Amino acid sequence: MSIGHTLLGLLEKGPRHGYDLKRAYDERFGQDRPLHYGQVYTTLSRLLRNGLVMEAGVEAGDGPERKRYAITDAGVTDVEHWLGTPEKPEPYLQNTLYAKVVLSLLSGRRADDVLDVQRAAHLAAMRELTKRKAAGDLADQLICDHALFHLEADLRWLELTAARLDRLKTAVTR
Amino acid sequence: MTDPATPYDPGSAQGPGSAQALLEAVDLHKSFGPTPALDGAGLRVRAGEVVAVMGPSGSGKSTLLHCLAGILTPDKGTVRYRDVELSAMGDGLRSELRRTDFGFVFQFGQLVPELSCLENVALPLRLGSVKRKEAESRAREWLERLEVADVADKRPGETSGGQGQRVAVARALVTGPRVVFADEPTGALDSLNGERVMQLLVNAAKETNAAVVLVTHEPRVAAYSDREVVVRDGKSREMEPVT
Repeated sequence: MSIGHTLLGLLEKGPRHGYDLKRAYDERFGQDRPLHYGQVYTTLSRLLRNGLVMEAGVEAGDGPERKRYAITDAGVTDVEHWLGTPEKPEPYLQNTLYAKVVLSLLSGRRADDVLDVQRAAHLAAMRELTKRKAAGDLADQLICDHALFHLEADLRWLELTAARLDRLKTAVTR
Repeated sequence: MTDPATPYDPGSAQGPGSAQALLEAVDLHKSFGPTPALDGAGLRVRAGEVVAVMGPSGSGKSTLLHCLAGILTPDKGTVRYRDVELSAMGDGLRSELRRTDFGFVFQFGQLVPELSCLENVALPLRLGSVKRKEAESRAREWLERLEVADVADKRPGETSGGQGQRVAVARALVTGPRVVFADEPTGALDSLNGERVMQLLVNAAKETNAAVVLVTHEPRVAAYSDREVVVRDGKSREMEPVT
């Protein structure tokens, strides 16, 4: 996920300081990976340097003063472009798994063990997501569904590979 | 070890939550003509757990389920339910067992089309000689639990696929079974309806400490289980839960 674009998107509602941005990000998108403060400030510095945000005053508080940031017109254009650009469909795990399966076959090991162990790990992850989904709000459900469908796609590939192991063995050991 | 010829006795139950197997199949072999469907498959199911039986089409999943439920008799191997071997029971006892201790949910509900949904759910109780009023009262409670009380007086043909499948789940659970056998229970439903049926089925089973043997090739359905057993070429592999 592009942290810069996401922070820009959050700034479209109005100026915020870094801590506020981190909290908003974590609440909506950071279930598995909350942002580190360092990431927020490094990203904001970059956005500032590139003219996508500007400083919008300083907020005094109990602690150190906090700079507020506002999105610029260039920043809005950048967000629009990002939102309108499809993400590259990535072949996630298959490359690594394919390598493991082929190496198992080449070395005379049981490739179905590799697939069975991976299936178990994928299903364990899917169980966790299913539980989280049941307890979560609609946003949680949608985020979990996305992850579940991706894991499911991996599992479908895995089952197809399992069904073709004999043919694959013949092909790779030829 | 219990005498395999011991008749089925509901009073000899092991306690809920026991780590012992409630239902256990060992080294099952079953062929249909020259075609082997099971070739040494086995499975252990404990009270209250949901076990997904996964595998490709034709791998032997449904045959394994039918042997576990006493619908089919294996050519070789044993199925023990609460320490009593199913094959040692007569047909009458096995039928009684299926009515009192087992519940079934299939892909296409298999409700009786001439009966209302309420009568369908009450049917297993009526077959067990429960009086109509009592049976229908309990059936209505289960329809409410499955969120389909509004279709009680409709016939299955007048309900949607999701509603019909919830009625089928209610029918499977109305007798308080110890094991629910579900064979592709969401196979004919869209994602949202399938999900809701699984939530309701698993929650109801957990509340009543019933075990669920869930045959599915859908990973998203299997994700409602506690662990999975993979069947391939008639052989099974029980996977330990990954933590």
